[in-house]
Amino acid sequence: MNSEKEPLFSSKNIKLITEPLGSSNPITVQVLGICSALAVTVKMKPAFVMAISVMAVLAVSNVVISLIRNSIPPRIRIIVQLVVIAAMVILVDQILKAFVYDISKQLSVFVGLIITNCILMGRLEAFAMGNKPWPSFLDGLGNAAGYSIILLIVSFFRELLGSGTIWGYKVIPESFYSFGYQNNGLMILPPMALIVLGIIIWVQRARNKKLIETK
Amino acid sequence: MKSFSNTYIFLFSSGLVILVAALLSIAAIVLQPFQKKNVEINNKQNILTSVNIETTAKTAEELFSKYIIESYVISPSGLKKEGIDAFTIDMKKELAKPVEERNLPIFVSSIDNETQYIIPVYGKGLWGPIWGYVSLNSDLSTIYGANFAHKGETPGLGAEIDKKEFQAQFIGKQIFNESGLFVSVSVLKGGTADPYSKYEVDGISGGTITSKGVDAMLKDCLSSYESYFKILKK
Repeated sequence: MNSEKEPLFSSKNIKLITEPLGSSNPITVQVLGICSALAVTVKMKPAFVMAISVMAVLAVSNVVISLIRNSIPPRIRIIVQLVVIAAMVILVDQILKAFVYDISKQLSVFVGLIITNCILMGRLEAFAMGNKPWPSFLDGLGNAAGYSIILLIVSFFRELLGSGTIWGYKVIPESFYSFGYQNNGLMILPPMALIVLGIIIWVQRARNKKLIETK
Repeated sequence: MKSFSNTYIFLFSSGLVILVAALLSIAAIVLQPFQKKNVEINNKQNILTSVNIETTAKTAEELFSKYIIESYVISPSGLKKEGIDAFTIDMKKELAKPVEERNLPIFVSSIDNETQYIIPVYGKGLWGPIWGYVSLNSDLSTIYGANFAHKGETPGLGAEIDKKEFQAQFIGKQIFNESGLFVSVSVLKGGTADPYSKYEVDGISGGTITSKGVDAMLKDCLSSYESYFKILKK
């Protein structure tokens, strides 16, 4: 039990947060949770709320699973994980409906679909089942933050080029439009999210050669 | 790895499920008043949009009480029904009933000393329900404004019905022709509507089924108010 003495923010624990932001990013490196990344990134605001929701769900269910990890019968562990995630997701959905109704309307089914986000099951199964609550919490935060960053980057470009706004505020001046500039309607459609995501993955791998798979 | 008995597994899963169910029920009960309020505000915003008044969630209540002067329920034969709040009526349930039994809500607004009659409409899109409000001038034929919403139409295609560009087409159109027959406003294939016609608008290219849904929704819902309009006009 030497980890009892481990400081809360030991270098190992810090890594749990920082690694998913870059070299083991759940979206760009592990390529998990793509569907929701495509669906909710038309505008920054919903993307941000989605990111926060995933963060809350992932961090809390990681902690819950980690707390009861020794009493979960292995034969039904996947079901137990699903029940915990589903409960959290419904809770988040209810809270969004109660307090940020217009955004909850935009996210519509995608909050519910957090349940099927592979990042969650992946982290619960791979990390929380074998680690203590605190590292599990950090792992949850880290992975959700990695997811969030990509969501925000993608939605930044999609909103800027697709609607000419950022966070709902107009940033492209009216005079551009009178010179014939037009918002790119294609950016609003899901395929462009995939392409933007592809570009991010490309840039990341070009800068970090370690990520390139050897054949 | 530890092995667990079947009894343990059974008890563990039952315990977990009961706990989760209890937690979620409590959350649902606690949050329900807030959610109801939001839905109500949202409806008010939709109603106000149909009379071309911009609102935010914060200003909706105030503007609603300022502009909407009356709301009531009528029967399809055109008689007012007492004791029913127009605001609580679920159009989906009403449309499922036989025509004679339907409760038809009407909201009356007053803007710039003109009276508008706001009619809720409800129908089917491609993927799910579509609904909205259509407001008529006091001649009960000319459309003053329209607002449509949808549950999950295809973004960029059918979902365009909730955009201003689509809704603005309806303004000034007529639902009764010159001889007083109910004709509704037809939503035609994108780009084929005659711009000089008072009875047709362009649908959305690529959103054909949703456009047809709007067309059918207007015909179905507006036609059931016909007898009431006739009484009002007298």
